[in-house]
Amino acid sequence: MILDVDIRHRQGGFALEARFQSDGRLTALFGPSGSGKTTIVNAISGLVRPHHGRIAVQGRVLVDTKKNIVVPKHKRRIGYVFQEGRLFPHLNVRHNLLFGRWFTPSGERKASFDHVVDLLGIGHLLDRRPSTLSGGEKQRVAIGRALLADPELLLMDEPLASLDEARKAEIYPYIERLRDESGVPIVLVSHSVAEIARLATSVVVLSEGRVIASGSAAEVLRHTSFFAQSGLTEAGALIEAQVSRHDDVYDLTVLQARAGALSVPRLPHPVGTSLRVRLRARDIILSLKVPEGLSALNVLPGFISSIDPAEGASVDVQLDCGGDPVVARVTRKSVEELGLKPGLPVHAIIKSIAFDPEALGVAGRENM
Amino acid sequence: MEGLSPEEWTAVRLSLKVAFVAMAASLIPGIAIAFLLERGRFWGRQALDVLVHLPLVLPPVVVGWFLLIGFGRRGPIGAFLAEQFGIVFSFRWTGAALACAIMGFPLLVRAIRLSIASVDRKLEDAAGTLGAHPVWVFGVVTLPLILPGIIAGMVLSFAKAMGEFGATITFVSSIPGETQTIPSAIYAYTQVPGGEGGAMRLTLVSIVISIAALWVSEWLARRVRRRVQA
Repeated sequence: MILDVDIRHRQGGFALEARFQSDGRLTALFGPSGSGKTTIVNAISGLVRPHHGRIAVQGRVLVDTKKNIVVPKHKRRIGYVFQEGRLFPHLNVRHNLLFGRWFTPSGERKASFDHVVDLLGIGHLLDRRPSTLSGGEKQRVAIGRALLADPELLLMDEPLASLDEARKAEIYPYIERLRDESGVPIVLVSHSVAEIARLATSVVVLSEGRVIASGSAAEVLRHTSFFAQSGLTEAGALIEAQVSRHDDVYDLTVLQARAGALSVPRLPHPVGTSLRVRLRARDIILSLKVPEGLSALNVLPGFISSIDPAEGASVDVQLDCGGDPVVARVTRKSVEELGLKPGLPVHAIIKSIAFDPEALGVAGRENM
Repeated sequence: MEGLSPEEWTAVRLSLKVAFVAMAASLIPGIAIAFLLERGRFWGRQALDVLVHLPLVLPPVVVGWFLLIGFGRRGPIGAFLAEQFGIVFSFRWTGAALACAIMGFPLLVRAIRLSIASVDRKLEDAAGTLGAHPVWVFGVVTLPLILPGIIAGMVLSFAKAMGEFGATITFVSSIPGETQTIPSAIYAYTQVPGGEGGAMRLTLVSIVISIAALWVSEWLARRVRRRVQA
């Protein structure tokens, strides 16, 4: 198990009681502000000492209050990328990057400086001062600094929160490469469903200091009820698809998933690229018959695998479309009128504009 | 106006030596006390704070008198140091340095303490997660960041020592060649007929040294600040 957390902590009026395990290469901690995400990563890194409980990373116990074990933070080997970067202002980029290396025994230095610099594209910044870097550059240097300390786990506390959309788009590919190439498992704190859908392999959902769901990203994101506040409209199925061809006449790209072909506005990726596609539950309409006379381009045939318990007027209907899980958020009334029940064949209608480019991450192998 | 007499040169050299030793000797205790006062949470912190600041508010003569009864040959601390280590303060230049160090100490501590308060502790946390033991964090993160404050404190301490008069003359008197610093020499000149010329020469020297110290510190601080903040 990469990460095993079972802690109770009280801070002022806030009570955290979190228990989860994760084996994901990138585990996202999701929840609204004040749900305890940062407290958990601070407890893992040693900046906060939980009142009760146990934390183990890659089988190594960092905290066990019953056995009176609390490993001091400088001996934990947990990399931490903070929201605000926290680069040392008196050191240039090169010395910021090498900071952790001074404190790593020479036999344990695995990360190669050149490789990390190359991975993050920061080679041209090495002699600069942190104050001269842009927000996105600072965060890339902060990620590199944490990696070069050879951590057993890399924590990222909303590392992109202070950046605008353009800067975020600049960093996502680096985090994806990190996830797929560095071999260091990552815990990412986020309150953006789109970000999680793009990056996470496992998701832990927190609400008011408690874990309300945890599991693989594809599994957790299919249930819109976990994303009650910010994410209700954003949750949906994650499926993997390959670029099969580009249509120059209509400026479209055709993707091939197990569920069928999907047309989307022209993408820059070459034919054959694997993409991770998010189908938002609220963007999917169900039809019992093959629909006719619709402007929507994408219709996936499948059958209902299960129907989530209803909450208010809406229900999540889980579908199996040729092996790909798809979820549609429909009203309770429609479920009754159409007589939807598990096993029933249906057609999922998806408007082509429902693919948001932010979630069109390049999929690494076995990401889902 | 003619140049300085040999006696006057002696006073200038002695003043520089006393001020430099006072500043250097109080530096490390000054940083330590500043840290204790700013970061420490212990019983008696308030009392320590008051004690450190006393020389700032007490009449210098009173401080000198305390030093005389504490560090004099028959004083409890003075007698102990003289017997155990052969260190004698009374009527020696070392005593002048001690008096100057104590009078300048609150200024040194205040300047350093202010700069410690302005250090972003999140940077120290970040250094910890990168594997740095707290002692190293202090050495390679905190210390460089508070360097401008340390320089400011050193200049204040040095300037105070150059001008210290009351505590010094009370504790170690004004012995030419041993404890007669520039201020006591100027005072001595004013007490004898025809001493105006000497008083004026030493006053000018004193002004030049003060301005030079200020200039050097500004220059150093600018360089350091560029490194720390840029």
